Amino acid sequence: MTMAETIRLALRLLEAGGKVWPKAGLSTLAFLFLAASTAAQEGDPEKGAKLFKACKSCHEIGAEARNGVGPHLDGLFGRQAGILDGFKYSSAMKKQGEEGLVWNEFTLDQYLKKPRAYVPGTRMSYRGMSRDAERTHIIAYLKTLSSEAPAENPTAAKPHRPEMGAAAMDLTGDPDYGEYLSSECVTCHQITGRADGIPSIVGWPKEPFIRALFEYKTNVRSHQVMQNMTINLGNEEIAALAAYFGSLDPQ
Amino acid sequence: MPRISRRTFGGLMGAGAASLALPYYARAQGKPRAVVIGGGAGGATAARYMAKDAGEDLNVTLIEANPKYTTCFFSNLYLGGYRDFESITHGYDKLASNYGITVVNGRAEAVDRDAREVTLADGSKVPYDRLIVAPGIDLIYDSVPGYSEEASEIMPHAWKAGPQTQLLKAKLDAIENGQQIVMVAPPNPYRCPPGPYERVSMMAHVLKQKGFNDSKIVIIDPKPKFSKQALFQEGWDKHYPGMIEWYGPDVHGGIASVDPQTGEVETDLDTFKGALVNVIPAQKAGGIAAQAGLANDSGFCAIDPKSMRSQADDNIFVIGDASIAGDMPKSGFSANSQAKVAAMAIRGDLLGSKVFPAKYSNTCWSLIETNDGVKVGAQYAPSAEKIASTSSFISQTGEDDAVRQATYEESVGWYKGITTDIFGA
Repeated sequence: MTMAETIRLALRLLEAGGKVWPKAGLSTLAFLFLAASTAAQEGDPEKGAKLFKACKSCHEIGAEARNGVGPHLDGLFGRQAGILDGFKYSSAMKKQGEEGLVWNEFTLDQYLKKPRAYVPGTRMSYRGMSRDAERTHIIAYLKTLSSEAPAENPTAAKPHRPEMGAAAMDLTGDPDYGEYLSSECVTCHQITGRADGIPSIVGWPKEPFIRALFEYKTNVRSHQVMQNMTINLGNEEIAALAAYFGSLDPQ
Repeated sequence: MPRISRRTFGGLMGAGAASLALPYYARAQGKPRAVVIGGGAGGATAARYMAKDAGEDLNVTLIEANPKYTTCFFSNLYLGGYRDFESITHGYDKLASNYGITVVNGRAEAVDRDAREVTLADGSKVPYDRLIVAPGIDLIYDSVPGYSEEASEIMPHAWKAGPQTQLLKAKLDAIENGQQIVMVAPPNPYRCPPGPYERVSMMAHVLKQKGFNDSKIVIIDPKPKFSKQALFQEGWDKHYPGMIEWYGPDVHGGIASVDPQTGEVETDLDTFKGALVNVIPAQKAGGIAAQAGLANDSGFCAIDPKSMRSQADDNIFVIGDASIAGDMPKSGFSANSQAKVAAMAIRGDLLGSKVFPAKYSNTCWSLIETNDGVKVGAQYAPSAEKIASTSSFISQTGEDDAVRQATYEESVGWYKGITTDIFGA
């Protein structure tokens, strides 16, 4: 039994006993397990800030953070998994939250190590951070910012700023056209929103979706299949795809 | 959202299917009827997209001889021990229950193009307004002298996934150190261009894992070059030095015959003896295509590149390996891509729904050794005379291990994605 399973079993036992499980209690329990295991070393938030660059294209943290491809991370510690209003979580993540998964040093450490193993069915496409020390650093960094207040309406579209793909962002995409075009995408990207080795693209906000396609098209993001797929897509097609995939809910 | 079918899958698949069949199909009158022959990567995708996009407005029937489908793609990974057989085998239950497709477990024996109906092996008839023919390939056994369907029980082809694949694996697993494997590779055009060479890689992986360094794998190839050749040969040198020998026609001079009794492959150069001989003969469109008069002298079916519509009959579309798809290779990915174009064209024909310009794509991933994956792919568009490549890519020799590992992991994700797209979720 892994440490995560041990904790969750303990949680379920407590719930079964009809007790309300205080968040403070959870972190105490997690801390005990944590102390008993390996992660006694201190994380370095500065190193964590550098590592967080890999997360930034999807997650915001700190003052005025908003939801993007991933949920914002303000108030993360002690938060039940999968509960931010307005964010399209996978049903797997919501279920884990309902069954007692709360984010803290320990659960984050386990999740970041191998997301798809810890929450099977998660939409998060990140493959995992295998080095123990790196996860400690990144968690230390998250702690320095997560008590900031998020934007008033974190799911609202961002104020427009000029950047790559702006012309496509100004268009109103036709979701029907997008559905037709999407048939080329769903050969690899599952329509259910599951990520099993190929990123989930279901339920993304318009802006990051369009930006990602332009970044593939111009080889800012380097990937042979995606470059080939996007090379002939025009603004109207990209806007249509963003409108269609953005309209879907992950399962 | 998938709609719930009023029809039930169980009744059709059960013992009473034949006696129920006639009144059953007769009930379908009133709505346009789209019928698909063949439940593989092309046919099942086409049935699903028509049913999904047309909803209750269209009757969709899928005729498939086998109750389950084992994918040819990833069957080499089963040989190599990376996949179990169950994981590459898929049923049709979701197509029936979630999309309302009538799945008929039977063999299509004939197409009457004037009456617009398909006759099944049990004599029942399935009428259509539009028909998709997606039978895959038939093997031309006698393209290799001495080879036959009976001989394939000793020298498996395993080029249609199923019992042949299991037979090939059993024979591979029974090889002893020092014994030789011989593959007779197929001539163009054939299903899955990189497939034979990925297969050899997987065989070598099994031998290497067992420490069978005295065994060899010899490929007798009728082609002077092959798909992803530089990538495979680089990988073979790296992972299996000295184990794999490839002979093109300028070396072996021609394949004279094979002998299932002795395990010998005779060429102009020499006679090669294998404890396991894998013969992959020449191929043509599945038999029903020729029966229906859709195939030309090449053995495959000419189509309109804008729609996959048969050049022989406006009411019929041919997709997948059976079609002549221009620059597109015969692959599960290609078939899946062509299916969507045909499904859209049929909805346009029968329901007047909007038909967008055809787009096609393909990517073929191959595994050379654990975490060493490579890929080749392209996008295509119809030109006046064929489906023409508009852009393409291929993995590079000398890539980082991390890139190759990511390519392999991507292929695993793709398998999950495409099988969901074919068989439904």
